[in-house]
Amino acid sequence: MEPFKTLKSRTVVLAQPNIDTDQIIPARYLTTTRRDGLGAGLFADRRFDGDGRPRPDFPLNRPEVADCEILLAGHNFGCGSSREHAPWALLDYGFRAVISTGIADIFRSNALRNGLLPVVVSETQWNTLAGFEGEQIEIDLEASTVTAPSGERMAFEVEPFGRFCLLNGTDPLGFLRSREDRITAFEESGPWRR
Amino acid sequence: MPSDMPGVKPRTLFEKVWDAHVVEAETAETPAILYVDLHLVHEVTSPQAFALLRAQGLPVRRPERTLATVDHAIPTDSATWRAGLVRMPEAARAQIRTLGDNCADADIELLGINSSRRGIVHVIGPEQGATQPGMTIVCGDSHTTTHGAFGALAFGIGTTEVGHVLATQCLLQRRPRTLNVILDGRLPEGVTAKDAVLAVIGTIGVDGGTGFVIEFSGSAVRAMDMDQRMTLCNMAIEAGARSGMVAPDDTTFEYLAGRPKAPKGKAWDEAVARWRQLATDPGATYDAEVRLDVSRLEPQITWGTDPGMVTPVTGSIPEAPAGSPAARAVDYMGMAPESCMQGQPVDVVFIGSCTNSRLTDLRDAARVLEGRKVAQGVRMLVVPGSQATKRKAEAEGLHRIFEAAGAEWHESGCSLCIAMNGDRARPGEVVVSTSNRNFEGRQGTGARTLLASPLTAAAAAVAGVVTDPRPYLNSHRRIA
Repeated sequence: MEPFKTLKSRTVVLAQPNIDTDQIIPARYLTTTRRDGLGAGLFADRRFDGDGRPRPDFPLNRPEVADCEILLAGHNFGCGSSREHAPWALLDYGFRAVISTGIADIFRSNALRNGLLPVVVSETQWNTLAGFEGEQIEIDLEASTVTAPSGERMAFEVEPFGRFCLLNGTDPLGFLRSREDRITAFEESGPWRR
Repeated sequence: MPSDMPGVKPRTLFEKVWDAHVVEAETAETPAILYVDLHLVHEVTSPQAFALLRAQGLPVRRPERTLATVDHAIPTDSATWRAGLVRMPEAARAQIRTLGDNCADADIELLGINSSRRGIVHVIGPEQGATQPGMTIVCGDSHTTTHGAFGALAFGIGTTEVGHVLATQCLLQRRPRTLNVILDGRLPEGVTAKDAVLAVIGTIGVDGGTGFVIEFSGSAVRAMDMDQRMTLCNMAIEAGARSGMVAPDDTTFEYLAGRPKAPKGKAWDEAVARWRQLATDPGATYDAEVRLDVSRLEPQITWGTDPGMVTPVTGSIPEAPAGSPAARAVDYMGMAPESCMQGQPVDVVFIGSCTNSRLTDLRDAARVLEGRKVAQGVRMLVVPGSQATKRKAEAEGLHRIFEAAGAEWHESGCSLCIAMNGDRARPGEVVVSTSNRNFEGRQGTGARTLLASPLTAAAAAVAGVVTDPRPYLNSHRRIA
């Protein structure tokens, strides 16, 4: 995983609440044994019509948002299925952070494990950021702040271990494996013995 | 655990299961390391996890605590099976083959494509007795919450975490908060656990459970059989909850007794004695509480594009201000604003999924369909949750009731719930479905889903429109 320190990007806004992982990546894209290439299916049914033509009214299809790395999404983003294909698709498409007033549990955990930063802000802060759609904002993970184009700085919280892993590009599996002795001791202590 | 001892803090069911599995306690800097008793694996969310282990040269730590099956991508229609699966898409074939290879390499038990014990992962765990009270159970599937019906702490994880569990049998977890959902009263005739859980989600909202493990308690839950408790816990995730749990009791133990993977003899007696200690102690406290009287609950049905957009079947679509999520949902559903639910036309009816595909669900559907016909122009699929469930249903003659009514009787699998195996609805079609998600496009691009109980779904199949199932119950015998 690439370390994540700071990110400066323009934003694209999907204001609708409860955007579920089926919308982020429809199930028909899950028939893969790989994790790359899923960007093609990102929001497929929202981005394209029945004949595969881009829908001009869907925000991601506007030419000026092509290089946006920050998605400003409505409340409870990523609810539903546990498919990790959702953050894989967002990352493959080019996003590196999602800002919302609420992010579903499993999606948030999957995002953190893959270097997609989930940022939760208040409704007021979200509205402020939405007012700057298309303008550059800055996320500083070390300081845990989002800075709006107006200079307004918003603090956010990320689970400290997930934050540490992102900042340093650390694989959490390495941490778990470093506790092998404790796991073995635990297994030998009770009904978990082989 | 002698929790009635003076000085010992009363604990909830969740706390007891959590505490017993903490390998290393959480700190400000690091999450807890939580031990996993049972890891369920299927073909869609595991290949990348096995690949990760291979890339790092790691073995599967406890293959005997891992159980695999194929359910998501597998065809269910009998014509495809009769033709020897030649019509199965290559991508699905590759996923199923990859799981077979991975399980063979790691010595993991696989209830594979030709196993008589295969089925939807959340149906076979309990059915085989692998799911037991007090366990921690995970799977790369959000509906793993189902297993909480047995007093297990069970939740869905992503594929990276599937890799963590394969490699270490542990997960990094922050301790969730607890929400007690108390269901008082007795469910009226024709109203099921599905209706109760839809009403709960309608009350607390699709993010009302975020950050919580829900314990379902109260007299209505005590009176439910295991199939109903599984339906309840299955949909805890639809309220955003980490998991749903029900305290184990005699109903639980009777269900598990004699199952292939349940303890036997002296070990069984010891297990039951241990499981009896799991229920929440008197005086234990939850972080939040919601109380619902179900004694006047009506059959529920969703009208929108998330499971919280729900109304009694006798009700109407609520007022939806222009530009609101509700208005967007009504537009997607192609329904007239504020129209009655009863009388909405139906194209497809689906009985199945990890929510409602067990024997009692099939009996409920048969109870409505017996001696009746599926309305002209309606396609009805009945997809049992497992091959064992299918055989039991056939032994009772339920398949003959479905076939005589004009419904399709399928092999087991996830089928039209996730619509990635070839079973899917066409754009614009309205599906009354016993599954768990009415998201846009969930059952096929442009498909419109109405979530309901097996009784309500079967009644819609007969009427050809959404209808109250209760008038369809009395004139027919209850299949025991």
